[in-house]
Amino acid sequence: MKVPFSWLKDYVDIDVTAQELQEKLFSCGFEVEELIYLGKDVEKVVVGRIEKIYKHPNADKLQICVVDCGTHGTLQICTAATNVFEGAKVPVATDGATVLHEGATMKIKAGKMRGEDSQGMLCSGEELGINEDYYPGADVYGILILAEDTPVGEDVRKVVGLDDYIFDIAVTANRPDCQSVLGIAREVAAVLKKPLRLPDFSYTEHPVAADIQIAVQAPDLCPRYIGHYVSSIRIGQSPAWMRKRLALCGIRSISNIVDITNFVLLEMGQPMHAFDVADIAGGKIVVRRAAQGEKIVTLDEKEFTLSPNNLVICDGEKPVALAGVMGGKNSGIKEGTSAVLFEAAKFARDSVRKTSRALGQKTDSSARFEKGVDEYTTEYGMKRALHLIEELDCGVVSSTHIDIDANPADSKGRPLTVSVNKINALLGITVPTEEMVSILESLQFSVKAEGDALELVVPAYRDDVDGYPDIAEEIIRMYGYDHIHPTFLKAAQITQGGLNDAQKAIGRVKRALRMQGYHEAVNYSFYSPKSFDFLRLPQDAPERKAIRILNPIGEDLSALRTILAPSMIENVVRNVRRGNESGKLYEYANVYLAKSLPLTEQPEERPHIVMGLWGEGDFFDLKGALDAVAAACNVRLTYRADSVSFLHPGATARLWCGEKEVGYIGELAPDIAADLAIEKKVYLAELDYAPLAKKAAAPMRFAPLPKFPVVKRDLALVADESVTCGEVEEVILHACKAVTEVRLFDVYRSEQIGAGKKSMAFTLTFTPEEKAFTPEGVDKFVKKILDSLAFRLKIALR
Amino acid sequence: MQQKIDELRAQMNDSLAKVRDSKALYELKMQFLGRAGAITALLKSMRDVPAEERPEVGKKINELRNEAETKFEAAEEEIKQIELQRRYEKEKIDVTAPGRSAQVGGVHPNTLVKNELIDIFAGMGFEIFEGPEIENDYYNFTALNTPKDHPARDMQDTFYLSEEYPLRTPTSAGQIRAMENTKPPIKTLRPGTVFRSDDDATHSPMFSQMEGLVVDKGITLCDLQGSLEVFAKKIFSDNVKTRLRPSYFPFTEPSVEVDVSCFECGGKGCRLCKGTGWIEVLGAGMVNRRVLENCGIDPDEYTGFAFGMGIERIAMLKYGINNMKMLFENDVRFLKQFKD
Repeated sequence: MKVPFSWLKDYVDIDVTAQELQEKLFSCGFEVEELIYLGKDVEKVVVGRIEKIYKHPNADKLQICVVDCGTHGTLQICTAATNVFEGAKVPVATDGATVLHEGATMKIKAGKMRGEDSQGMLCSGEELGINEDYYPGADVYGILILAEDTPVGEDVRKVVGLDDYIFDIAVTANRPDCQSVLGIAREVAAVLKKPLRLPDFSYTEHPVAADIQIAVQAPDLCPRYIGHYVSSIRIGQSPAWMRKRLALCGIRSISNIVDITNFVLLEMGQPMHAFDVADIAGGKIVVRRAAQGEKIVTLDEKEFTLSPNNLVICDGEKPVALAGVMGGKNSGIKEGTSAVLFEAAKFARDSVRKTSRALGQKTDSSARFEKGVDEYTTEYGMKRALHLIEELDCGVVSSTHIDIDANPADSKGRPLTVSVNKINALLGITVPTEEMVSILESLQFSVKAEGDALELVVPAYRDDVDGYPDIAEEIIRMYGYDHIHPTFLKAAQITQGGLNDAQKAIGRVKRALRMQGYHEAVNYSFYSPKSFDFLRLPQDAPERKAIRILNPIGEDLSALRTILAPSMIENVVRNVRRGNESGKLYEYANVYLAKSLPLTEQPEERPHIVMGLWGEGDFFDLKGALDAVAAACNVRLTYRADSVSFLHPGATARLWCGEKEVGYIGELAPDIAADLAIEKKVYLAELDYAPLAKKAAAPMRFAPLPKFPVVKRDLALVADESVTCGEVEEVILHACKAVTEVRLFDVYRSEQIGAGKKSMAFTLTFTPEEKAFTPEGVDKFVKKILDSLAFRLKIALR
Repeated sequence: MQQKIDELRAQMNDSLAKVRDSKALYELKMQFLGRAGAITALLKSMRDVPAEERPEVGKKINELRNEAETKFEAAEEEIKQIELQRRYEKEKIDVTAPGRSAQVGGVHPNTLVKNELIDIFAGMGFEIFEGPEIENDYYNFTALNTPKDHPARDMQDTFYLSEEYPLRTPTSAGQIRAMENTKPPIKTLRPGTVFRSDDDATHSPMFSQMEGLVVDKGITLCDLQGSLEVFAKKIFSDNVKTRLRPSYFPFTEPSVEVDVSCFECGGKGCRLCKGTGWIEVLGAGMVNRRVLENCGIDPDEYTGFAFGMGIERIAMLKYGINNMKMLFENDVRFLKQFKD
C-alpha cells in the first residue's frame, strides 16, 4: 500500500518526521517496507529568474541566459531550449546538481559550451522526473516555466511537489480497512494520539431523477450494491490538487469523472465504477452470475468468455462490467458522456479472486475486493464521490439513490463487551483500564467502562474484531510490546517431553549411515514425471502411479515422488559435474503412494532411504553400508540377484528382509550413466524403511556372552562358476544350526581347478550353546555340511 | 687348571668385545654359562682336581663365573640399548605426513538445527509429533481458522493434489490432530516439511518448519516471549534479546513476529540485520479461540501460544549460509562441513 506523506497530513496533524512516523507505524503493526523520498534523484536544483537572454556568439542554436538564483548567485547558463524568456522563473541545476536523464540520474557540472561559460543547466519537467499532473507545464517540450510568484533561490523540490515521501506499507491480511490513505491515517492518528479529521462526505441531492432499476440476483456474491445517478455531467480536467494526489500514487489523470472514482479508491479503499447511463440498455442494472459462454469486452478491449463462477453487472441486455474487476468497453465514460450511474458495491472476496485469476485480469479494484471491502466504506465511498462531484462542479447529484443491502447491520458499528481481567490475563501484564479506554477511543471505538467490563462499539469497518483477544491485540500494539516482560511458563504444569522410540530409531539409522561415510541429502518431494521414462520403468510399474500436483510450479516439479532414485541420480550428476570425483550420499524421505487416482482418500506416506556412491568404492562398499543400516534396524537383509530397469543387469540385487522385498541395490546401468556423461561407476540402493521401522524401534536387549568358546573352521570349496555365495551360505546355515556365521574370504580360479569352476574359501563359525564342542563333534558338523553342499549344489571340498 | 681359567677368561673377553647383536650374545652366553657351557664344564671337571687344591680352584672358577655373569649382563644391557637405537632409526617416520581417518558423513544443516531445537524444547517438556505431509482441507485450513475465502487459501500459495487434499502449508495442520487427541496441558513440537507454491532466490517450494504449541491454564503472552527467549539464547547466543511486534496469522490472536537482537553485531546494525540491529526469526501468537474450540478445548478455561519458524532460515542465520538453494543442491563439499 503506497501512501503519500503529504496526503496523510490532510487527516492528521503530523508533528513527527517521516522517519519517526515509519518507526511508529512499525511498532503498531504496519511495516513500512520502503520509505521513498520523491526528491531523491533531484539535488541542488533551485528556482532562478532569467534576467537577460542573448545569442551565443559561436552557436546558432544556443542562447545564453543570465539567471538570478538568489542566495545561489547569478549564473550564466547556455541553453538550446527555445521557450525561455526574460523574466521567466525556471529550475536551475547548479554546479554539482543531480537531475534525471532518460530514467537515470545525471550529474551537472559547470563548464564551457562553445567557448562560453555555462555554470549549470536549465531543467525540463522530465529532467525533474515529473509530469503535467505534478506541475502544470511539466510535459512541455523545453524548459519548465514555473509560476510567476515562485520564490527565487528556493529548492525546486519544494515547488514542484517532490519534497514528499511515499510510505510503502505492508498491510496484513486482517486489515483490509487499511488499504487506503484514510485507513492508514486512522492508524497514524491513533499511534500519534492526535485527532482524526475525516474527509467531507456532504452533498445535496437535487430534484432530478432517472428511471433506473437495480436488481441483485446473487446476494451471496454481492451483499451490498449502491447506485447513484448523476446528471448534467461536464467531462473535463480535474483540478491540480486532485491530479497531483493521483500522480503521487502513480495514477494518471484521465478526466474528472474517472479521476473521482480513482481518488475514492485511493482515499477510502472503495472501488467505484461509473457507467455512462446512455449505454445502459433499458435503464436496468442486474447483478448476476454470468451464463455459461456469455461474452464481455472489457475497457482494455479484451474479450472474455464467462462462466457462472463469474459475477457480472448487466444492463437490460448484456454484461457491462466484470463485477469488481473491470468495466466493459461499451459503457465506459467518454468525451460526450452526459449522465453517469456511480456504483459502489461490496463483492465477495472469493468471487472476485476467482474471476480475476481465471481471466488473468488483475486491477486495483480486484486487488481491493480480494482483500475485502466493508459495507461502511461502500456507503461512505459513494458519499465521498458525490461530494467530489459537487466540489469539482462537474455534475448534478440527483435524488436517484438505490441501495440494495443484504445485511443492513453490517454497515453499522457492532456492540462488543469484553473483560478487562481477561485481556490482562491473556497478555500477562496489567494495563490500566484508563489506558485501555484511551487506546480504544483513539482507534475510533466507542467505549464505556463498567467495572471489569468494557462496553464497546466496534467501528463498522473493523471486520477483523470479534472477541476479547482482538481487543487485547489492539491494546497491546498501541500500548507497546515493550511492556511485555518474558516469563517462563509461570502457571503451566510440568510435562514430559522428548522423542518417542520410533523417532529415536530414525536418528540411529541416520547415525549409522553417517558412520559409513554417507552425507545427508535433502531433495524436493516432487520431480518430473519424465523421471519414470528415464528410469525405463515398465508402463505398468506401480511407481508410475504418482500423485500429480494440480497447480505445479512447472512440469519438472509436478509429480510427487514414488521412488527416490531419480533425485539421487540427479545429485550424483550435479556433484560429478562440479568436479566432486567421489562421494557418498543418502536421503531419508517419504514417497507418496496413492490408493487410487485421482485421490479420494489420504495417500500413504512411506519413508525410504536411498543411497548413492560414486568414484571411490564399489558395489560391496555400498552393500556393507546397507548391512550397517540393517544392523541399526535390528534386521538382516538378504540379497537376491535380480533385475531393476535402470540398473546393470549383472550387478543388481533385490533386498529381502525375511519374506518381504524391501528394496534394491546395484550399479547404475552403464548406458544411462553414459547418457548422463558420467564416466565413473555409480552405485545405488533404495530401502523401504516402513517394514523395518517397528524392529528398528524395538527396545535393546543384552544377549548373554557365549559360555563356551566358538570354533572356527575354514573350508575351501570347488563349485560351478554359476553357484553364488548366497546359495552356499544358505545351504550351510540350513544344514547345521550350530553355524552362526558364514564368511567368504577368497575366490580363486585356476587351470588346476578346472574350466567353469571356482574355488571359494569360507570361514565358518560354530557357536556352542549347551556345552563346549569337541573336535570330533565339529568334524561331524562339517561332514554334514559337505554332504549337503554336494547334494544341493554339487560342491566338493578342494 | 689356572691356565685353563685364564684362557677361558681371555677367550670370553675377546668374544664379548666382538659381539654385535643380542642373538650372538645369547649364543655366546650359552657357550660359557649354558648347561653345556665351558664354565659349567670347568666346574664339572673339579672332581679331577686334587682335594687339597679344590677350595682354591673352586674359588677361582666361581670368581670367573661371577665375572662372566656380570659381564654378560652388562653386555646384554648395552646391546639392548644399541638395538633399540637401531630400531628407532629404522622405524623413524615423517610425522608431518598426512594422517588417516574414517570418513564420517555430514549431517544436513536442516537436521542439525532440527535436532538442536528438539533438544531445547524437549527440555522444556515438549513432545515431538510428526503429522502427514499431505493434509486434508480441514486440518490444513478450516480448523486453523482460515476460512474458505481467505487469501492464504489461494491457489497461488498452496499446492493442491485434489480439491480435498493440499500439500500442507503449515506444520500447524498437525497441531489440530494433537489437540484433538490430547487434553491440556499440551506442549508439542512439530518438525516437518511444508510446501508453498513459491520459487525464487529466497523462497523454495519445499522447506522445513518447526511449530510449537502450548495449551494450559493461565498461559500468557509474557510466557510466549519468555519461552522463545530461552530458545533464542540457546540456539544463537546467551546475549541475544527478543522483541515482539504485531503481526497477523489466522490461527493466533494476538499475533506477533519475534525478532532477536543481532548476534553478529550485538544490535549495533550490520549487514546481517540490514542495519536494524534486529533479525526476524519466527511468527507466534496466542492460540485463536476458534482453533481451541475446533479441537474441543474450552477457550474460557485454557489459553495457549503457538509459534512457527523456518528451519532453513535458522540454519542460514546460525551457520552463515548465504544462499538458500545450497540447502537443496546436495553438493558433498557443502554437506561435509556440517558435523553432529
